[in-house]
Amino acid sequence: MRGLNKTYPAVKGRRGAPGTPEVRATDGVELDVRRGEVFGLLGPNGAGKSTLVRQLTGLLRPDTGSVEILGHDIVRHPERAARLLAYLGQESSALDELTVSLAAETTGRLRGLDVRRARAERDAVLAELGLTPIAGRALKKLSGGQRRLACFAAALVGERPLLVLDEPTTGMDPVARRAVWAAVDRRRAEHGTTVLLVTHNVIEAETVLDRVAVIDQGRVIACDTPAGLKERVAGEVRVELVWRDRAPLQVPEVAALRERAVESGRRWTLRLAPEEARAAVATVTGGAAFAALDDFTLATPSLEDVYLALGGAARQGLVKA
Amino acid sequence: MGLYAGLRDCRREEEQLDVSVVPAEVLPGGAPAVPETARGPAELGPAARLWPSLAAVYRAQLSRARVARIPLLFVATFQSVGIAVMMRGVVDSGGEAQSVVAGSSVLVVAYVALNLLSQYFGQLRASGGLDHYATLPVPPAAVVLGAAAAYASFTVPGTLVTAVFGCVLFGLPLGNLWILLAVIPLAGAALSGLGAACGLLAPRPELATLLGQLGMSAALLLGVLPADRMPEIVRLARDLLPSTYGVEAYARTFGAHPDWAAVLVDLGVCAGVGVVSLAVAARAYRRAAVR
Repeated sequence: MRGLNKTYPAVKGRRGAPGTPEVRATDGVELDVRRGEVFGLLGPNGAGKSTLVRQLTGLLRPDTGSVEILGHDIVRHPERAARLLAYLGQESSALDELTVSLAAETTGRLRGLDVRRARAERDAVLAELGLTPIAGRALKKLSGGQRRLACFAAALVGERPLLVLDEPTTGMDPVARRAVWAAVDRRRAEHGTTVLLVTHNVIEAETVLDRVAVIDQGRVIACDTPAGLKERVAGEVRVELVWRDRAPLQVPEVAALRERAVESGRRWTLRLAPEEARAAVATVTGGAAFAALDDFTLATPSLEDVYLALGGAARQGLVKA
Repeated sequence: MGLYAGLRDCRREEEQLDVSVVPAEVLPGGAPAVPETARGPAELGPAARLWPSLAAVYRAQLSRARVARIPLLFVATFQSVGIAVMMRGVVDSGGEAQSVVAGSSVLVVAYVALNLLSQYFGQLRASGGLDHYATLPVPPAAVVLGAAAAYASFTVPGTLVTAVFGCVLFGLPLGNLWILLAVIPLAGAALSGLGAACGLLAPRPELATLLGQLGMSAALLLGVLPADRMPEIVRLARDLLPSTYGVEAYARTFGAHPDWAAVLVDLGVCAGVGVVSLAVAARAYRRAAVR
């Protein structure tokens, strides 16, 4: 799996609207995604993930830099992107008033399938995702998660070697999520499909991704496997303290901890070396501090910790769900 | 190997810009060092051809009518029938009645094709819905023409109902009603082309709605009332409005011996405006989709 097949080097975008200062949404991003990989872009809102994706899908021209997908130069030939990839954006307004079945069929036909094949693939995909029972209902009338799943179905009709999915599982229940990842896995196993996934869901990122690039303020601040990223902060333990009312600052050890804590209401989050964590736990589980303590947790690092340790600007940007 | 060349290029660019933020070690299996297995560029998926994709868009848009457009079609028809009734109190039978019936019939086309289509594209553009089409290998013309054709089709029942009702109300002959088979598609092309262009060019959706509404109001005010009562400037404005030619083509056919050449000229103007405005709309779509 060393066969390097896609390169997204040096995508640089600059988007400024009149009246607002120029925003550099993607800043010298350089990424390689290998064929057959599930590659994630992780970052808080406004990090530049969607801008990056729009550049990759040919929707937005980068100011400088190059984008190459499966050997095709997308900056020079943006129209080829549509013939190489299927894109699931965050908006469904183009399909909202169609039935699930017609949305999938029409999308397939617009991907160049003839009527017969579009219908056959539509039926197969709807069955695969468990959408057949609601095939006749308009997307607008469905719940958010079902609608998302229907849009995902539309993205799968008319097989493409690259799937670009922008937060595909938003609003979905666990059953629908599983259906999505099963469908992705199947395509990967059968056709070597590459998946580029945009997410700010850390848990999902840890479980489904082969590799992940952490994006912050338009830059790639890290790029590795989830496990590899977590190793970087392996020396740390996350301690979360929740106080009943307010922190007992009269206890000197607690006052000292405060300097290292990220406070959010009654909750303090600390990243500490293991022995420091032990000492902190000993402090708060004894004496005056314990009386004021509502709850505490000790946890090994997650991708969120990695993100914060790497200097992510947004302190609370990632969803843990 | 195209890949390798591309990488070298970008390296050079990176050096000039000095913005590379990714240390080499974060790219496991690093970029240029990896030997490229001699797999050439991947085969491109099929592109959708114009007519099949136009048909697919048309069908999808037509089905939207069932979900979202039926009440609006009622409004369009009701409005035109209402105007015909109102004008019955003002205008006698004869030449003026012909303008009223033709004007109120074509008004349905203006309402749906110009106003609603402009709103639709304005909203689609603002909400990012165009991304869906823009990431499919479909010709811009197919999206624009498919939507325009569907909206023009939405107008058929309303236009027919208004025309028949108007003819009965004013005692006009129904014999040449078939001309609507030419008037609806051609006026529909002209007006939906304008509507699509407005919707896709307007920088904000409210502006698209406004333009569509204004266009429809113009068609209402300038199309329904007989022209010979108007001052010169209003007549000039009337001549600039494409719906006028649809109205006149239809109005001319009420006579015992219609001037078919003039009818053809009027329809030709509609067709010409249609071609131009749809071409503009297709260009606008391309620009709106790939920002």
